[in-house]
Amino acid sequence: MSISVEEVFETASMILNQNLDIRTTTLGINLKDCIDNDFHKFTDNVYDKIKKNAQRLVQAAEKLESKYGIPIINKRISVTPVSLIMETHCTREKYVSMAKTLDRAAADSDIDFIGGFGALVHKGLTRSDKVLIESLPDVLAATEHICSFLNVGTNVAGMNLDAVNMIGSMLKETASRTKDAVGCAKFVVFANAPEDNPFMAGAYHGIGEPDMSLNIGVSGPGVVRSVVEKNRNCDLTQLSEIIKRTVFKITRCGELIGRELSQMLNIPFGIVDISLAPTTAKGDSVADIIKAFGIEAVGAHGTALAIALLMDAVKKGGAMASGNVGGLSGTFIPISEDSGMIEAVKCGALNLAKLEAMTAVCSVGMDMFAIPGDTPAETINAIIADELAIGIINNKTTAVRVIPVPGKKAGQSVNFGGLLGEAPVMEVNPYSSSDFLNRGGRMPAPVTSMRN
Amino acid sequence: MEKELLFITVIGEDKKGIVAKISTLLYECDINIEDINQRIMDRYFVMTMLVDMKESKYPLEKVREEIEKIGDALQLKIQIQHENIFKMMHRV
Repeated sequence: MSISVEEVFETASMILNQNLDIRTTTLGINLKDCIDNDFHKFTDNVYDKIKKNAQRLVQAAEKLESKYGIPIINKRISVTPVSLIMETHCTREKYVSMAKTLDRAAADSDIDFIGGFGALVHKGLTRSDKVLIESLPDVLAATEHICSFLNVGTNVAGMNLDAVNMIGSMLKETASRTKDAVGCAKFVVFANAPEDNPFMAGAYHGIGEPDMSLNIGVSGPGVVRSVVEKNRNCDLTQLSEIIKRTVFKITRCGELIGRELSQMLNIPFGIVDISLAPTTAKGDSVADIIKAFGIEAVGAHGTALAIALLMDAVKKGGAMASGNVGGLSGTFIPISEDSGMIEAVKCGALNLAKLEAMTAVCSVGMDMFAIPGDTPAETINAIIADELAIGIINNKTTAVRVIPVPGKKAGQSVNFGGLLGEAPVMEVNPYSSSDFLNRGGRMPAPVTSMRN
Repeated sequence: MEKELLFITVIGEDKKGIVAKISTLLYECDINIEDINQRIMDRYFVMTMLVDMKESKYPLEKVREEIEKIGDALQLKIQIQHENIFKMMHRV
């Protein structure tokens, strides 16, 4: 089997010129076996288990980077939802102490983010879940590497509005206690959260997972943009075909790295998440793919169709390339992490209403967007509830990562720097739905969940 | 003994000494060249070398470092990658 110069050149230029990389290798670790009546022993067990395995992950990933000449950008850890393991230790002080332990384990093993400081509360809240949510402003203010999540709805349980109603005020407090409200960038609220998602802030090691599992997040918006740009005049069927072929190749890289890494570590290979994940690097933008389709700016009428087409082609190409496709697998459309999305908001092409509509066809949701700091907590809850309703009714994952920036008004901007990028502050609808949300309770599961 | 095959890809402007410099390095490392191809693509000069590292005196990290030095000196982009990545991406 000989490989042609053209094929070698294609792969090499994807990496050298189009930002192809393995976005993340995320090692899921079960922490249930670390629980101990003695809290110090418990935190020691957690620290040791994470550090030992995280270090192995980092070393093995670096070896593969060299072997294949492909950057593996992030090495990360996801853990059992922390509210589950803290059931018998659920005080705010102990939650903060556990967070600091996880934070220290991450820092000591060169892990940038550790996910799973969260809870599954789609049907109701345990005492531990409540304390966890109450402790989040302290946790996010006191740590650097901790990512937090809540799953507040599923299409078989409906939506826990009581849990949603706790989030707005929690986020506002977190915003006021972290520089540029950056703590809010490390919290995401889901409907239908996947148990094997390797991407932050929402990664956690689900309760149906083995003791450890290795999940891979590939990426490559720059590669897809490049082929779309080269095919300006083809029709939608051909466009879909071109994207499928490209994503097949990208996903195969992830599959290769996943297989070898899992073999080196002797840890079961979990999934490859084929999501297109943008970065602020020039050209590495999902918005730029949409523009290359022929749309002047993201948010223009036609954008939802473009994203739907892109998403579908990504999934079809990825599904052929790997037998282990999982996680979120689609297309992320964060604002602050994508230079084209930032530009679209700044020029007025993209507003929150259109962003919400776009999430009905993208893989996740309203991600990394900033709103004015004086937005009422009830309005934040309503933004979350609307977005999650889309996921619950349409049988898909949706999520919200919203950043209410204290002291900032719509039209201003906040710069988080690094991977998190820059977020233009977006205008929210000024009318209130607080009487509706204050009814509380649980939105019943939709009739489409009755499949038995 | 099974071969350990890697591709070296050189992308940039064609100039004298590219093959000479790389093949000298490979000879010094005891790395055998199995195949060489070159083409002009997208206005770039592209050369690929298939090499067998089975008997290499140095680990891949060291060879990569030396190859990157040649790339910097000649202002070329040079990649060295195990052949499995190409097999995975381009063959079903």
